[in-house]
Amino acid sequence: MKTKTVKRKAAAPKRLLSKLWQLRLYVTDTTPKSRTAFANLKTICETHLKGRYCITVIDLLKQPQLAKGDQILAVPTVVRRLPSPVRTIIGNLSDTERVLVGLDLRPSAQPR
Amino acid sequence: MKTKGAKSSSPATRLPKCPTGIQGLDEITGGGLPRGRPTLVCGGAGCGKTLLAAEFLVRGAVQFDEPGVLMAFEETEKELKANVASLGFDLEGLVQRKKVVIDYVHIERSEVQESGEYDLEGLFVRLNHAIDSIGAKRVVLDTMEVLFASLPNEAILRSELRRLFRWLKDKGVTAVITAERGRESLTRHGLEEYVSDCVILLDHRVNDQIATRHLRVVKYRGALHGTNEFPFLIGAEGISVLPITSLSLNHKVSDQRIATGIPRLDAMLGGKGFFRGSSILLTGTPGTGKTIIAANFAQAAARRGERVLFFSFEESPDQITRNMHSIGLRLEPMIKSGLLRFHSARPSLYGLEMHLATMFKEIAEFKPHVVIIDPITSLMDSGTDSEGKGMVTRLIDFLKASQITSLFTSLTQGSHALQQSETAMSSLMDAWVLLQDFEGNGERNRVLYVLKARGMAHSNQIREFLISDRGIDVVDAYIGVSGVLTGSARVAQGDLEKAALLAGQQEAAQLKREVERKRTALDRQIGDLRADYESEALELRRIAEQVGTRTFVLGTERAASGILRQADLKVAVNTQTKSKPMRNAQ
Repeated sequence: MKTKTVKRKAAAPKRLLSKLWQLRLYVTDTTPKSRTAFANLKTICETHLKGRYCITVIDLLKQPQLAKGDQILAVPTVVRRLPSPVRTIIGNLSDTERVLVGLDLRPSAQPR
Repeated sequence: MKTKGAKSSSPATRLPKCPTGIQGLDEITGGGLPRGRPTLVCGGAGCGKTLLAAEFLVRGAVQFDEPGVLMAFEETEKELKANVASLGFDLEGLVQRKKVVIDYVHIERSEVQESGEYDLEGLFVRLNHAIDSIGAKRVVLDTMEVLFASLPNEAILRSELRRLFRWLKDKGVTAVITAERGRESLTRHGLEEYVSDCVILLDHRVNDQIATRHLRVVKYRGALHGTNEFPFLIGAEGISVLPITSLSLNHKVSDQRIATGIPRLDAMLGGKGFFRGSSILLTGTPGTGKTIIAANFAQAAARRGERVLFFSFEESPDQITRNMHSIGLRLEPMIKSGLLRFHSARPSLYGLEMHLATMFKEIAEFKPHVVIIDPITSLMDSGTDSEGKGMVTRLIDFLKASQITSLFTSLTQGSHALQQSETAMSSLMDAWVLLQDFEGNGERNRVLYVLKARGMAHSNQIREFLISDRGIDVVDAYIGVSGVLTGSARVAQGDLEKAALLAGQQEAAQLKREVERKRTALDRQIGDLRADYESEALELRRIAEQVGTRTFVLGTERAASGILRQADLKVAVNTQTKSKPMRNAQ
């Protein structure tokens, strides 16, 4: 399993690494969950996309009308606006591996 | 009207209700759904959940000035608008006038990656935003269960749903949540666990190739409700539920009597005809003239200036009008003047409740004084026995409540007029006229009798009725030794009586002639006798004259002979002259 991941690791990200990443983090208020999510996201971006990313934090309590556009249901949610296609990850992003898969920074393990 | 009455009479402590505006549903639930609480509507595919929810919302916005939010998980805004537009709901317009907000929630599982803890606060925020933006009082969540397929973590979803329903209650909105029916439970994902205030189950069953929708209030916490299964249908104006149990035997009755259009039949019914607002059953075997009597009844009503609605389930309006021509009954002028309206439909066209709903609609629209259903039996055949009876009950109830006189014709098979279904139906009827065929002498003749007529003296006699090109004529049937005589037997009997009468007349004439003859004979005899007498009298006179003459002659002769003798002439003269003065002296 590990060998597989390693093998594809090189192929997928290369295509995307050069572009600017635009991420949106939808939260409600400054709950601990929201803060954890932001911290986790930042760590991942710093590790994998240093200097090529920008995170917009949207507080749905202040801008509820924005929830409809990105079909936000769960909170927190990270939406990768760019590069396309749009990808969505829900949760507090504590599972780094899944975040990487979700953001296309690492291909998902097929057998799962 | 009933719901209003129930509302006003209910004490203030009762559960506040939120009227749905859906025909019949408010009646079953005693005023509507529980206000400020969520209601679960569950059912299989295609049974009308979304529609019920949408109608609840639309009617709320239009009729009760309660704006609503529709959160759709399955259909997009555009699809929804198109779907309900076919039922006459202008969702688009309501959205523009800010009466309704539609929010389409969509999550594709393959596009979503899950990482760590989360909640559905986003959904709450959206819903809250939608509610607050128009001040919504009603919320519809159309098939939330889609979320179970979209979100991988069921544990989170369940706890969030529980929170959502709690939140909806706190928010004070009346919510309708639709859910797919499960195999064992009411809903596939056990939503009834969370929504426990009111549960409505919808069902779509096919019976004898005719599909019928049913609605049942499974649960209604804190309120009385109809627990039965009620047929409902989706018509051109949305959903209408038909509650059977609206039978409240307290309709007003009229003392007014209306003529049947057949004078002799009126005479049989105490001389005045049927009561207004009563239900009349007209049963008969095929070809006994049920439709003709019905048409006569219609004509009589139209002549009084009343509106008549004629439901025909076997013949087309044109066919009926043409056939009535043959008995000299012209229906076109009445149709033209708008007093008579036909509604023809095949019984198998749709299910019973759809028929009933269309009939209700027509009646409500046309407001007739008289309704004719020809024949009720073919309509009843399209459902099961209990359904059929239920339908007739509801129909009669509805008609009686609006004081409409109703005439039902009923076809019976075979020669025996009384059948099980009729006996069952007859108890609902106020009057029952039976038409029957009498077979005998190589012919069939129609007879008619009044089997029952509640509240009026009526004839117990069997009458024959004739259909000619001048209409219907009811005549007395002869009761002979061999039973009732009809047709040619009746005519023969009549002839027989005529012959007897004639014979009597002839006999009298004969006798008269005889007497006459005798009198003439007597006269003649008298004449003869008189002639005899006269001739004898004449004879007598003649003899008397003869005698006189003879005496004179005799005298003269004596005198002559005296002269000749010259003897005692003087003496004789003296005696003659002497005797005279002597007599004078005396």
